[in-house]
Amino acid sequence: MYVYDDHDRQIAAERVAQFRDQTERALTGELAEEEFLPLRLQNGLYVQRLAPMLRIAVPYGMMRAEQLRRLARITRDYDKGYAHFTTRQNVQLNWPALEDVPDILAELAEVEMHANQTSGNCIRNTTTDQFSGAQSDEIADPRPYCEIIRQWSTFHPEFAFLPRKFKVAVNASEKTDRAAIQVHDIGLQLVRDESGALGFRVHVGGGLGRTPMVGPVIREFLPELDLLTYLEAVLRVYNRYGRRDNKFKARIKILVKALTPEGFAEKVEAEWAHIKDSPTRLTPEAIQRIQAYFTEPDYALLDNATELLAEQRFENRAFDQWLTHNVDTHKKPGYAIVTLTMKKTGTPPGDVTDRQLEHIADLADEFSFGEIRVTHQQNVVLADVRQDRLLELWQTIVPIGFGTANLNTLTDVICCPGGDYCALANAKSIPVAEAIQRRFDNLDYLYDLGDIDLNISGCMNACGHHHVGNIGVLGVDKKGEEFYQISLGGSSHHDASIGKILGPSFAREDMPDVVAKIIDVYVDKRTGEETFLDTYRRVGIVPFKERVYA
Amino acid sequence: MPNVIYRDGSIRQDNWILVARPAEGESLDIPHQPALIPADLWLAGYEHFTGRDDIGVWFDSHDEPEILGGKVNELPVIAVNFPKFSDGRGYSIARLLRERFGFANELRAVGDVLLDQLQFMKRCGFDTYALRPDKDINKAARCLNFFSQGYQAATDTHVPLFRRRAS
Repeated sequence: MYVYDDHDRQIAAERVAQFRDQTERALTGELAEEEFLPLRLQNGLYVQRLAPMLRIAVPYGMMRAEQLRRLARITRDYDKGYAHFTTRQNVQLNWPALEDVPDILAELAEVEMHANQTSGNCIRNTTTDQFSGAQSDEIADPRPYCEIIRQWSTFHPEFAFLPRKFKVAVNASEKTDRAAIQVHDIGLQLVRDESGALGFRVHVGGGLGRTPMVGPVIREFLPELDLLTYLEAVLRVYNRYGRRDNKFKARIKILVKALTPEGFAEKVEAEWAHIKDSPTRLTPEAIQRIQAYFTEPDYALLDNATELLAEQRFENRAFDQWLTHNVDTHKKPGYAIVTLTMKKTGTPPGDVTDRQLEHIADLADEFSFGEIRVTHQQNVVLADVRQDRLLELWQTIVPIGFGTANLNTLTDVICCPGGDYCALANAKSIPVAEAIQRRFDNLDYLYDLGDIDLNISGCMNACGHHHVGNIGVLGVDKKGEEFYQISLGGSSHHDASIGKILGPSFAREDMPDVVAKIIDVYVDKRTGEETFLDTYRRVGIVPFKERVYA
Repeated sequence: MPNVIYRDGSIRQDNWILVARPAEGESLDIPHQPALIPADLWLAGYEHFTGRDDIGVWFDSHDEPEILGGKVNELPVIAVNFPKFSDGRGYSIARLLRERFGFANELRAVGDVLLDQLQFMKRCGFDTYALRPDKDINKAARCLNFFSQGYQAATDTHVPLFRRRAS
């Protein structure tokens, strides 16, 4: 994992001092609210329905145990003893006091954390696959590139006041996309060209929200050394020509659509031609320096524990299910990737208490080289667990609520905080997630249904990624009443697609029934091993519509 | 006379006047003192203005500095207007003027210029700042220097931190 050097530490300290100064000026009224607004947003600080909300950056989702412990302490000392893992791999505090935020930032800086650019119209936290570095099918480890982008985008003087927020994601696997890159402003897929040279396929203009779009490819191959100059060209074109007259048309996707992907790509290429050989061009040494922080942990030389696990599975059915659903293969023999699902029914997806944060830190230290990753599905990953210790790990996590063996099933819901917390929301989302989880509490049935992404957002801003849920739920407001609209067929993977709206919306209490009817149609229509998405793509939306609105 | 902040944090009196774009059908009214006029009008009256050291130009945030091309260094001052502090186009305009067109004379930020944006402006190549009058000009020097260094190459440093780390 990346470790700060003196430069990073100095910049972090100066940032804390700057925000302290800005907060003081805001509190004395010297800075008008509208002037403080973008400054505090660029520091992740919202003023929310009930209290301020502070979004802390977790670069590409990785944290060390000491960072988790510090977060736990911060939630106790400055908040109500819990935090929230977000769909952008960040952590949110829901109740900090404005005047405490500079002290919180100082505490975070001590463990090399910050809240830089977690909100506002600037380049946000770069996200990636939570299994990075631990799986065998990746082209190269994406994390060093994420860190390179993080440094380049931090306080970038030209791009701090963009038309709108800007999100970059990197994916490295050929087989799958756990970073949803095609629904980001820039999605970077690591690829190799015919000569074996490393580079990126560049998608631009994807995104959710009011006008959801899958990002088209604007460059099939960008050599790795050109990463930053090319990003700079894209951002400069967007900064100059993105719409600023209408907030809802200000995202880069609208510009890409207006110019056509080809037209946009031409503008970027023209801009890039001027700067591609500038000092911002990466060097092999610069990449190697960052890569050196992401070397493999000190793996033991092991064989796969196949027989042991078979025996343990045979003796313990619940463990067997957890292995099947929450444990993935690892590139190293004898190791496994474990996902702790934060989806226990009755707990809002992604919520963790201070004690749970400390438990996770202990698990990281005990089982996974002191590191964890946060996923955009609001779960936590221990990426390097010895296979011969999986049973022990499972026995440890079940009592503390992280052993729910429902990863990727219908009840592994992605859900925004919704109207319970968020000032933007039109409707509550957490109770909907909970009602559906209660309805589908039979694990055997869930396993039989296979992988289904159910994503819930409380408003059009789509923090719950409803557009790319196989089943998407969107909270809408109708004359002060909360209703829920369903879309089907979305996907955030390599086959990315935006879900289609099923029809008129439903009352909250009807949601479990509606989802049950949708699932019934799938069960009726599916053939063999077809997933929900396969079936939907084969039979279309009509049979679902007929059943749900019958 | 209004004051302007220089990139070293010093505050000096200034007598450049920003001439607004004339309304449709009206002609440009240039005062008897150094004046900044809309860049396209300077170009339109190029024969008339060329060689004068008391005439500079200004760009609005949606203007394209490309129109001046290689003529930039014929101007003693170029100003870029920030109609709203949250409109970030002026930063790109500044970098283009400096890095693409090699503008070497005074580059000035005008309009909704606030304290917390000064360091970004400095890094993008602005060297004077007409702070919005209700802001405390005495805090400018500190705000210009919140950070002792940046990660990126920009107009103030052509060497990004990753290259400095390697050396």
